[in-house]
Amino acid sequence: MIMETQLLWMLALPLLGAVAIGFAGQSHPNIREAITLLTSVSLALLVWSLFPEVLGGARPEAHLVSILPGISLQFKIEPLGMLFAALASLLWIVNSIYSIGYMRGNNEHHQTRFYICFAVAIFGVMGVAMAENLLTLFVFYEVLTLSTYPLVSHKGDAKSVASARVYLGILLATSMGLFLPAIIWTYAVTGTLAFTAGGILEGNIAGPAIGLLLALFVFGTGKAALMPVHRWLPAAMVAPTPVSALLHAVAVVKAGVFTITKIVVYIFGIDFLAASPSGGWLVYAAVFTIVTASFIAMRQTNLKRLLAYSTIAQLSYVILAAALLMPLSLMAAALHMVAHAFGKITLFFAAGSIYTASKKTELAQLHGIGRRMPWTMGAFTIGALSMIGIPPTAGFISKWYLLTGSFQAENYIAMAAIVVSTLLNAAYFLPIVYSAWFKAETEAPTIDHREAPLAIVIALSITALLTVMFFWINQPALDLAAQMVGVK
Amino acid sequence: MIASHWPALQVALPLLVAPMVMLLRGATLPWLAALVTSFMAFAIAISMASTVLEGEVIVYAVGSWPAPVGIELRIDELSALLLLIVTGASSTTLLAARNSLTAELEPERHMLFYAAWLLALSGMLGILVAGDAFNIFVFMEIASLASYVLISAGSDRRALPSVFKYLIMGTIGATFYLIGVGLIYMMTGTLNLADMESRLAEVEELKPIMVAAGFITVGLALKAALFPLHAWLPNCYTYAPHIATAFLAACSTKIALYVLLRFDFVVFQGNLIGHDVQFSGFLMPLALIAILVASGVALFETNLKRLLAYSSIAQLGYIWLGASFVSKAGLTASVVHMFNHALAKGTLFIAVACLGLRFASLTLQDLKGAARFMPWTMAAFVLAGMSLVGVPGTAGFISKWYLISAALEQGYQGVVVIAVILISSLMAVAYLWRVVEAAYFGEALTSSSSTTAEKMSEAPPLMLAVVWVAALANVYFGLDSTVPLALSEQAATALMEHLR
Repeated sequence: MIMETQLLWMLALPLLGAVAIGFAGQSHPNIREAITLLTSVSLALLVWSLFPEVLGGARPEAHLVSILPGISLQFKIEPLGMLFAALASLLWIVNSIYSIGYMRGNNEHHQTRFYICFAVAIFGVMGVAMAENLLTLFVFYEVLTLSTYPLVSHKGDAKSVASARVYLGILLATSMGLFLPAIIWTYAVTGTLAFTAGGILEGNIAGPAIGLLLALFVFGTGKAALMPVHRWLPAAMVAPTPVSALLHAVAVVKAGVFTITKIVVYIFGIDFLAASPSGGWLVYAAVFTIVTASFIAMRQTNLKRLLAYSTIAQLSYVILAAALLMPLSLMAAALHMVAHAFGKITLFFAAGSIYTASKKTELAQLHGIGRRMPWTMGAFTIGALSMIGIPPTAGFISKWYLLTGSFQAENYIAMAAIVVSTLLNAAYFLPIVYSAWFKAETEAPTIDHREAPLAIVIALSITALLTVMFFWINQPALDLAAQMVGVK
Repeated sequence: MIASHWPALQVALPLLVAPMVMLLRGATLPWLAALVTSFMAFAIAISMASTVLEGEVIVYAVGSWPAPVGIELRIDELSALLLLIVTGASSTTLLAARNSLTAELEPERHMLFYAAWLLALSGMLGILVAGDAFNIFVFMEIASLASYVLISAGSDRRALPSVFKYLIMGTIGATFYLIGVGLIYMMTGTLNLADMESRLAEVEELKPIMVAAGFITVGLALKAALFPLHAWLPNCYTYAPHIATAFLAACSTKIALYVLLRFDFVVFQGNLIGHDVQFSGFLMPLALIAILVASGVALFETNLKRLLAYSSIAQLGYIWLGASFVSKAGLTASVVHMFNHALAKGTLFIAVACLGLRFASLTLQDLKGAARFMPWTMAAFVLAGMSLVGVPGTAGFISKWYLISAALEQGYQGVVVIAVILISSLMAVAYLWRVVEAAYFGEALTSSSSTTAEKMSEAPPLMLAVVWVAALANVYFGLDSTVPLALSEQAATALMEHLR
């Protein structure tokens, strides 16, 4: 019973936080930021207190309300959702510290709106993570989409509003035009929408329809940024960096791949999908996205856009891992969600730190910046190593499982894609790292700067530390992932 | 004892109070009288709905003369639900009417407005309780004439040509209806709908009945603003006093739809062979075009009220679409959407009335930054907008879900229908988003003549309370849709029974 109420509190806390932030408002910025921190810390405590329970096999459920016969807003924590919620709530704390430094350091306007929308977005993430059925997931998926629009368009100038419209347009159009029909189709053939171990579609749908339904689901989940529905992600880079960091490296995009993984595991069922030849295309779509996005990333000159394309490629790692349908590869999907989150948030934090201290955004400007900002570039280096998958960083762990999984599946195309993209990752990240540390500054910067504000440095050091720590301490995540695929 | 006379009182009460309102002076007294009357009618409707929910059809013989000789009032599930919609919408909007109307009409003439309101109300209720075709016509005229007055009552002179257009169109519609009824009377000798149904079975020459069906369908489609007969609607909604728009948008067009459903399913479907195919073959394409075209127009509309008016035409398309499936699921979707759309659109227009108090012009350009001054109004607007789009957890979702489920029963044809529904949902998101973007993210025009700084504040508390009650009702009926769903399903079952 306690755990049930705990689930509802996980939803209520961010919302209450949003309201309280609104009341504190522009006139009491210190109280407002204190509320943000307090809310994020208490949410993380709440989520993490469930972690051992779920690890021990508990699957707490909470029923909110029934909308239609057989369909209700209902929550249930299963291993993957636990992992996602734990990840998002942990990084929200770090990101809040960072946001304070960034928003104040850059004198951003509308800070209250920013923090409110952020809290509401986290509410959406919690709902997505805990959804017991597809409809609940869909509702919170849309909450997440809508609540992040003001964050993306934060600057309010014509360019960011136009980009934010692309963002909103693609995410809403795919979800309402493809995802929702897929949900209704699923309901029409199965009569249920609940995430069930082993899937619900087996025996209810056959032949090419399986591939089609999978396509509706996968492309309907625009947040997963599988090509060709990836364009919103580079567009969203107009947002302030904390938004890019938490939402477009962790919460929003991970909600996408999380949804796809859940649908593959709990709606289709691994065995059913593996036995259906028409579902096999997903591997190749993911491979295509990985390689193409990596090539595009190489051609970028703007740091944040490069990170965006790197994210697109990395997200498709998760999709590829899920699509390989092997126990080990599915574990890799879960692990990579975590590993990539730690690494990419560090990289974004570093990008924002550079911007705050020096207003630099382009790669060509970064020569020799490591000497001025050793902490920032140190963290950046760790993040980059993790993206490539070099030990001792988080990226190595997930890549290891992904490669083992593709061996298991005997899918050599997937393996080749992983190898090629690793090389490409190295090819676009290492030059940045090299020139930042070892090249001389080409021109004296307009601002004679040192490190970014303390809050920013603290935040990016924490995430860099997490990236390294995950290499050593990953057993709990592994156990949860193993529970999800049912090997134990 | 008096409860047995509810069906008659439902209509008679507002009809009798209307002339009395004329005697009251000032802005407050007529409003109070109309408000109290409307709420009493609402209470009667609730009481009758609870009786009908138990499975009992209320039949009332006026003057104790039994049908078919006497006039019969008849309240089944369908009419009970619509009675709830009409009286509920009237009571809710009347609550907000005083504040809103004072800004648009000098107090000396308020009593005329409220008298017309009560007449319109009584006319609509009369259509819903009447069991025979001729009384439906009479009440339709009462409701229409009173609506013309309501629409033209405001200070905007552009309402006059609009309402004249409506008058011409409405009269053509009513005449077509009357021609149809006349033809049927000629062939059967009765005006009672139930009686028509049984007597038609014995009529051998069905051609006049076919013609009658044509006249009645087109005439009512005109009144209900079915595409392409909708031309009168946008301007009327745009230039009418805001609160009158809210009332009429919530219920008036649905009444014509109700009459058509009645006529078509009770009288025609069972007796005319192949009529169901004609019915759906005629209505489904029109409904689909209405949905797409009207949503498309709304996408580019710059005046908020006209944008919502076009959205209404599109939403009416959903209601027609559900009916055109001629299936139980389709009718359920159609009827429940009457309820849900009334909720959503009523709320939106009450929010517009709140905005109208503070903004002289309701173009999106002028509404920029409105949310900063009126956060509560705009929040209610967004909530109701979500219901209109069909976001899960709001009333609109229930009807969308049922509509799509009904379409799924239709096979390949259904796929096209579903595609249209989804595309139009996206269009609804887009056109409502334009409002949201202007109000929330637009920078207010500093030098606008209509918007001086001191005028910029929230709407009066009473109006805010009303709009929020209405907005929360959208959420409530999205989470617990038992009552409207039960009534709709029973109504659909009852209508389908006539098909045999």
